[in-house]
Amino acid sequence: MAPRVGVVVFPGTNCEFDVIEAVTALGGVGVTLWHGDRALGDVDAVVVPGGFAHGDYLRPGAIARFSPIMAAVAEFASSGGPVVGICNGFQVLTEAGLLPGALQKNRGLKFLCQMTELDVVAPETALTTGVAVGTRLRIPINHFEGNYTCSQETLATLKADDRIVFRYVNNPNGSMNDIAGICNEQRNVVGLMPHPERASSALLGSTDGALLLGSLLSVAGRAGSERLAVGA
Amino acid sequence: MLFDVHVEVRLRAGIADPQGATIERSLPALGFEGVTGVRVGKSIRFVVDAADEARARAEVDVMCARFLTNPVIEDAVVDIVAASVGAVA
Repeated sequence: MAPRVGVVVFPGTNCEFDVIEAVTALGGVGVTLWHGDRALGDVDAVVVPGGFAHGDYLRPGAIARFSPIMAAVAEFASSGGPVVGICNGFQVLTEAGLLPGALQKNRGLKFLCQMTELDVVAPETALTTGVAVGTRLRIPINHFEGNYTCSQETLATLKADDRIVFRYVNNPNGSMNDIAGICNEQRNVVGLMPHPERASSALLGSTDGALLLGSLLSVAGRAGSERLAVGA
Repeated sequence: MLFDVHVEVRLRAGIADPQGATIERSLPALGFEGVTGVRVGKSIRFVVDAADEARARAEVDVMCARFLTNPVIEDAVVDIVAASVGAVA
């Protein structure tokens, strides 16, 4: 059965259909999940996509994290379900405490919309299962607040546990340690600033993002079959 | 009782401040020399109805920790004064 990917929609989210399009092209099924709902329904993975949830008022993600759907996302994550936050979704996951650290305004205070190169640093996460460490990817960014920041202790933990998933080749925004994406301790929750869905077709100038979303679908498919097996 | 509350949200010491740094770099170009330590924060004002100042403060502290600040990078300085009579927000 094709893995089902739930894509969370807050007021102000604007990348949900891009993610669904990319997932569909890879053989998955994408469904939108409204922020006001309390249940995820029948999904094998969750993506919190990019945009400006609740207008980014107060801080990006500060209001979205209290949406009813987020309790269900947290529960899904703690039960091992794959959860990916892209751009604004990464900001939401840090505010929700599902990932450590915070995303600050870019160094230089410029909104950055450009292709970036990043290296896969950590294996066996929701986005890098089957993607070799050292793989160099071309995936665009599109953000004002993507400057990853955390305490020195958190940074040491991320390094020691191999939880820095992606690093920029040329740091565009001032992120600590060139961090473009990280994962949680269980490696099923991944957040990244670059947009893999915008690099999922030759027409878009790169297909490298499809590698990452393909990993998500394979992890989701596995999780789905395990759930069916338990249910049976 | 009504209390006027002012919450100043600041980046914690040691957290890089891209806005402050940009302002600091711009000042000499405008002829203002010798300015250092520029930090940019947020100022949030509101009125709280509480039995007394201690309870108002306790409530505002929880608000700051859960919502008004991101404790990973920010802290808050809270000012609370009894609202002047008739001055409802």
